[in-house]
Amino acid sequence: MAVELKMPALSPTMEEGTLAKWLVKEGDTVAPGDILAEIETDKATMEFEAIDEGTVGQILVPEGTENVAVGTVIAMLSGEDDGDALTAPAPTAAASEPTPVAAPLAAPAKPATSAPKSDPEIPHGTNMATVTVRDALRDGMAEEMRRDERVFVMGEEVAEYQGAYKVTQGLLAEFGPKRVIDTPITEYGFAGIGTGAAMGGLRPIVEFMTFNFAMQAIDHIINSAAKTNYMSGGQMRCPVVFRGPNGAASRVGAQHSQNYGPWYASVPGLIVIAPYDSSDAKGLMKAAIRCDDPVVFLENELVYGRSFELPEMDDHVLPIGKARIMREGSDVTIVSYSIGVGLSLDAAEQLAAEGIEAEVIDLRTLRPLDKQAVLDSLMKTNRVVVAEEGWPTCSISSEIITLCMEDGFDDLDAPVLRVCNEDVPLPYAANLEKLALLNTAGIVAAVKKVCYRD
Amino acid sequence: MLKRRVRTVLVQQLQYEDVPLAKPTRTRKAASKPDLSQSDAEFALRSLQAEHEKAKRYSASDEQMLGFYEQMLLIRRFEEKAGQLYGLGLIGGFCHLYIGQEAVAVGLQSALAEGKDSVITGYRDHGHMLAYGIDPKVIMAELTGRQAGISKGKGGSMHMFSTEHKFYGGHGIVGAQVPLGAGLAFAHKYRDDGGICLAYFGDGAANQGQVYETFNMAALWNLPIVFVIENNGYAMGTAVKRSSAETEFYRRGTAFRIPGMDVNGMDVLEVRAAAEVAFAHVREGKGPVLMELNTYRYRGHSMSDPAKYRSREEVQEQRDHNDPIERLKKELAERGKNEDDLKAIDKAIRAKVADAADFAENSPEPDADELYTDVLVGSY
Ligand SMILES: Cc1ncc(C[n+]2csc(CCOP(=O)(O)OP(=O)(O)O)c2C)c(N)n1
Repeated sequence: MAVELKMPALSPTMEEGTLAKWLVKEGDTVAPGDILAEIETDKATMEFEAIDEGTVGQILVPEGTENVAVGTVIAMLSGEDDGDALTAPAPTAAASEPTPVAAPLAAPAKPATSAPKSDPEIPHGTNMATVTVRDALRDGMAEEMRRDERVFVMGEEVAEYQGAYKVTQGLLAEFGPKRVIDTPITEYGFAGIGTGAAMGGLRPIVEFMTFNFAMQAIDHIINSAAKTNYMSGGQMRCPVVFRGPNGAASRVGAQHSQNYGPWYASVPGLIVIAPYDSSDAKGLMKAAIRCDDPVVFLENELVYGRSFELPEMDDHVLPIGKARIMREGSDVTIVSYSIGVGLSLDAAEQLAAEGIEAEVIDLRTLRPLDKQAVLDSLMKTNRVVVAEEGWPTCSISSEIITLCMEDGFDDLDAPVLRVCNEDVPLPYAANLEKLALLNTAGIVAAVKKVCYRD
Repeated sequence: MLKRRVRTVLVQQLQYEDVPLAKPTRTRKAASKPDLSQSDAEFALRSLQAEHEKAKRYSASDEQMLGFYEQMLLIRRFEEKAGQLYGLGLIGGFCHLYIGQEAVAVGLQSALAEGKDSVITGYRDHGHMLAYGIDPKVIMAELTGRQAGISKGKGGSMHMFSTEHKFYGGHGIVGAQVPLGAGLAFAHKYRDDGGICLAYFGDGAANQGQVYETFNMAALWNLPIVFVIENNGYAMGTAVKRSSAETEFYRRGTAFRIPGMDVNGMDVLEVRAAAEVAFAHVREGKGPVLMELNTYRYRGHSMSDPAKYRSREEVQEQRDHNDPIERLKKELAERGKNEDDLKAIDKAIRAKVADAADFAENSPEPDADELYTDVLVGSY
């Protein structure tokens, strides 16, 4: 009985990939576990193994083919045992599955839909390249490492593996093992070593594979890094950058899906940055590394692969503590950061079609917060919605709402609303996960409410 | 007198070659401390290893052999199927397969007292669930995120639990299960219920600080726990020697006076024999044991794995020459099991797994209301 070999999904966010190489040819017999092909995704080259026994029939997708969608039949395999349950045709579930592999959040590289408002920090007429957030972060680190011998990177799988999410790709080759250091899985230990090295005059970049694992190390981030300058009466500096992906990824469940923005942003002595696009990722990464204070730099796995414009400048450094107007509008202000910015921009497009012009503000830095940018926009639109991919309680949203109450009350024409994740640990089931996370529809609904248009 | 001499000799033979238990020539320390030679002589860190060496392989009845074989094969086929469903998009997120390591969970758990002892592990947990005889259907349905899953679809591959079987998960944070396991052991001791806890963790997890904090307390408080390091050679893409100063993990309890055992985790009978020795020690109230189970992971760490950190030949070598299932199959054949019987077993297991997959694919997703259930127990 012939089995269809389909382009597999090899990661939670994969929708298509390149069939880099066939390691078998037509007529070869294969056993379970034999490597059939090498497949490239935006993250890595991976091996595709045989699950069934059989003989390779026709190869339908030749090697070197790019953008092969997950589920495409790439070859046929003829089974040897007809009664064999495993060689029954693979269920065509990928098509009928109610929730496809990639949740909407996980959409691959997608150029921004509306022309974003240009960043005033970038000189007019600067040439723009299109670069993924992943590469922008890496380039930011690499440039600073070239510029300053004291800068080094440490973390799990950052060197030989090229980063669990490929953010440190190529750094080992350029800077060698003295400056690009693989650590054991010992977050508390290496966060402490990074912090101590900063106290000792170096400029460490400590990568957490994800910020979920930084909970193992949070004592050093807060008690050792954030408070030392103060406790020493300004003698002891701690210029360390703690970085890594933060927030929900795709279906990785409750322990691996959490936004720590509000946690760190509540701590005096820390700088907290959470960029959205490539330009901010690079410009703020460079600023973070040069900063004399400890920085928590929150990235987002689902945004790594998205492409955005990046100014081609020799030294693209952005100011810490400045929000950015991503889209101008006069009717309502949507305040967001990180992945929420993309959803807010999508919401703004939908709202524009209904005659509501939303201004979208990307906070970029969560501590110190650019209060003036929020208040200026509030003065203009008189209505604010906060969109945050994270829990609502004691959040950045709470903080923005407080700000509007304390300093912008007279400008408000409606209560400030927040749109956040549901107040539950993130569930694994595809339908529940979707229900739990911040989404465009929720932002649109909240905007209509504050505009009294619902 | 005679007894003491014999014991001293035994200890000298058994101590680690490079970790002498007592160095009589170094007197500086001894000046401020009591003479340790006597207590160290009694503290035979390798006494359990020695006992294991005496009868390395468990002598299983034909029926037991067949049972081990079926369980391991079920895990293998189940995991292959899970990999397939992942490729089809039916399973999402992380999915860590146990293929290659089957003998560890089967060998150890077969020696536990069901309903009395408890088990805890990390995210690579499907095999441990299956080794407990938990229905593959509810495990597979958890993988596909359905209401019928063992965690109602809310946990996924990494977060499965069965309090009925005293299986306490299913934990995604590397190393967290180690103190949790000691907590379970603490509860056994506190309630004096005769149970022990088996806490599994990886070679990578073995470097987390909380592991050593736990070793100290477990030894100090004489907790009934067996620490099991599943050394499969790699933590994601990091080979053991790149992350560990001491790669002989069974020695890592030395500083806490926890006896270590170095076990071949690719032979279910060796695993079972070692389990007998270790569990008896813990059950007798002699405190924790640290077992290193040397095994091998055939597949990638999770589903996306660049596979650049080891050679194809290395993996093939293990599959060809060290496979726990093939080893047992050969032995079953030698014991007179005929080819057709074994084929029939394989067929039945494939059918069981196919059923589980059908069930997992066709059962409904959780109700939207489930989003808000189970956050807290009480209402306030
Ligand atoms: C605290 C923490 N750090 C990092 C991770 C990411 N991570 C998951 S599994 C893993 C490797 C663990 O390897 P090992 O302990 O050897 O177990 P194995 O996967 O080989 O079974 C890493 C780094 C995590 N889940 N938790």
